[in-house]
Amino acid sequence: MRQVLKIASRNLMRYRRRTFLTAGLIALGTLAVLLFIGLSGAFKAMMVGQITDSMLGHLQIHRKGYVASMDNLPLNLMMKPAAAAQVEQTLGAMPAVEASSPRIKFGAMFSNFDETTAVRLNAVEPAREVATAPQLPGRVIERLEGKPLLEKGTLLVPELVARGMKVKPGDTVVIVATNQDGAVNGQTFVVQGIVEGISGPGGRDGYMHIEDARALLRLADASVSEYAVRLKDPASLPKVVSHLEGTLGQSLNQQGKPAFEIHDWKKLSPFASIAGMIDLMALFIQVMLVAIVLISVMNVMVMAVYERLREIGTLSAIGTPPRRILGLFVAEGLMLGLVGSAVGTTVSLLVIALLRAFPIGFAFGRQENLLLKPEVAAGDVAFISLLVLAVGVLAALQPAWKASRMDPIAALRAV
Amino acid sequence: MTLVRAEGLRKTYMAGDVPVEAIKGVDFQIEPASFVAFVGPSGSGKSTLLNMIGCLDRPSGGRLQVLETDVATLGRQAAAAFRGRHIGFVFQDFNLVPVLSVFENVEYPLLMVQSRPPAERKARVEALLEAVGMADQARKRPDQLSGGQKQRVAIARALVTNAPLVLADEPTANLDHATAHRIINLMKSMRDEFGTTFVFSTHDPKIMAEAELTFTLEDGHLHTSRKAEVA
Repeated sequence: MRQVLKIASRNLMRYRRRTFLTAGLIALGTLAVLLFIGLSGAFKAMMVGQITDSMLGHLQIHRKGYVASMDNLPLNLMMKPAAAAQVEQTLGAMPAVEASSPRIKFGAMFSNFDETTAVRLNAVEPAREVATAPQLPGRVIERLEGKPLLEKGTLLVPELVARGMKVKPGDTVVIVATNQDGAVNGQTFVVQGIVEGISGPGGRDGYMHIEDARALLRLADASVSEYAVRLKDPASLPKVVSHLEGTLGQSLNQQGKPAFEIHDWKKLSPFASIAGMIDLMALFIQVMLVAIVLISVMNVMVMAVYERLREIGTLSAIGTPPRRILGLFVAEGLMLGLVGSAVGTTVSLLVIALLRAFPIGFAFGRQENLLLKPEVAAGDVAFISLLVLAVGVLAALQPAWKASRMDPIAALRAV
Repeated sequence: MTLVRAEGLRKTYMAGDVPVEAIKGVDFQIEPASFVAFVGPSGSGKSTLLNMIGCLDRPSGGRLQVLETDVATLGRQAAAAFRGRHIGFVFQDFNLVPVLSVFENVEYPLLMVQSRPPAERKARVEALLEAVGMADQARKRPDQLSGGQKQRVAIARALVTNAPLVLADEPTANLDHATAHRIINLMKSMRDEFGTTFVFSTHDPKIMAEAELTFTLEDGHLHTSRKAEVA
């Protein structure tokens, strides 16, 4: 094998310019793919992180039918205390769950005593909410000094509402809400902070303490709208969802119908389809790489066979087995792929390291100064390298097969 | 044991739609350690005959035995293996592998055809390069050698596997007269040293005079003459 590779490498060096051009093309393709994977992966991971860590959690549990009416924030589709207790118990018994946060979501009127506007509110237990959506404190762009993130009698007002209504931390405002019986109730709150909006569902909601919401909505029991769940390892999401569907998903209500519905973040956020599109583009770029390697290596190997017909005839005449002639040419394709992918991978990793040291800043929606730090997994590098090698071999196979099957007399007669 | 035995050997090929009979039922025998020439004008069938003896081409009819093997029955793989074990080739254009050094060219059949161990390869190649007078050029590439030197390397490559039969198709055609004679004398001395049978084709009368047994091909027929008769 070593000898075959030695001869193959020398044959490649016979036509240096052609070899360097082809290997360069493969390297460029590898660079493009790994950079795209690195950048798009980082963008995807950042956006998923933003969505799951800021608001959504990795998955959510609702009373059956809630998600279909989610935009209306229906109070009549809240989980009853017994159901909420069942969810708490189930989640508490799952080691994969890092934290969960019960929420009451409702719409209300927000007044600064001069003007009134609509607002969507998310009533939470602050400590559990921060444990479930750890980026929430980072979204609070203005807050009262020395005060906790959120406490009873206070609000985190969405940035857009705060600007529109000209309120700032420390101001007193009124929240008026209608409960599920149609009764209207109002209560004053102190603005504890201004919360930055993010892309995705619930990204422009304000926050209040869950006990304030119960008082405002005159809820006599511990009903909740949803449970947001954070996992220790996001990779375990499919397994956890499957487990929950097998447990809570099988629970029936008093009418004998399913009591709960479980959705992972992909089903709740429109970004999942963007992420799917990014994956599709990565696949398309990989297909392009395969085409580049296939065409360039095959072109070089077809040329090599036609240029070395007499040499092939000689090797065949002196008794070289056809499989060894095949091996000599396949080895050339393999080495072209090897050199191209090694150079491409090395340059890619250097560029990625450079981009991590000097990250690219960008804006997404209303979020500015996001820093993109590309990252490529060892598995992706290995996959792309193996793909290039495999395609290099595949591309060389046809010309090599032709060389190995060549009639030695015809080959020896070639000019 | 007769090395090559041909009985009623025929070869017909198609020139477009027209069948052309290149070899018309010839009989001959070649004994071990002989020095044999196939002579005749261009197109007389010398190369065709050599190709059939070398298992590169198949007879259309008759019988051809090389080392008591009916070569017409050999498939592609078996023919390659047979050539690798029993037959050496020397070509008119030397046909050395340009990316290999002199040493590596000679080593090639031992390494890539017979898969011999390194120590045996080294000893055998060094002995052959010494024998053909190319030991001091072992590291050079073919493009650094003269035509005569290249042909010496080609002879060493043909002999390195201890093949009992070496076929040389017009081995001196691309050499000047003095070099051609030196190559023929080298082949002869190799025959004497290793007992290898050399069968070569030529249309050069001075070179054909060096052969001990000459087969003359004319219109697909064969005439045999021994050196004593030629002289």
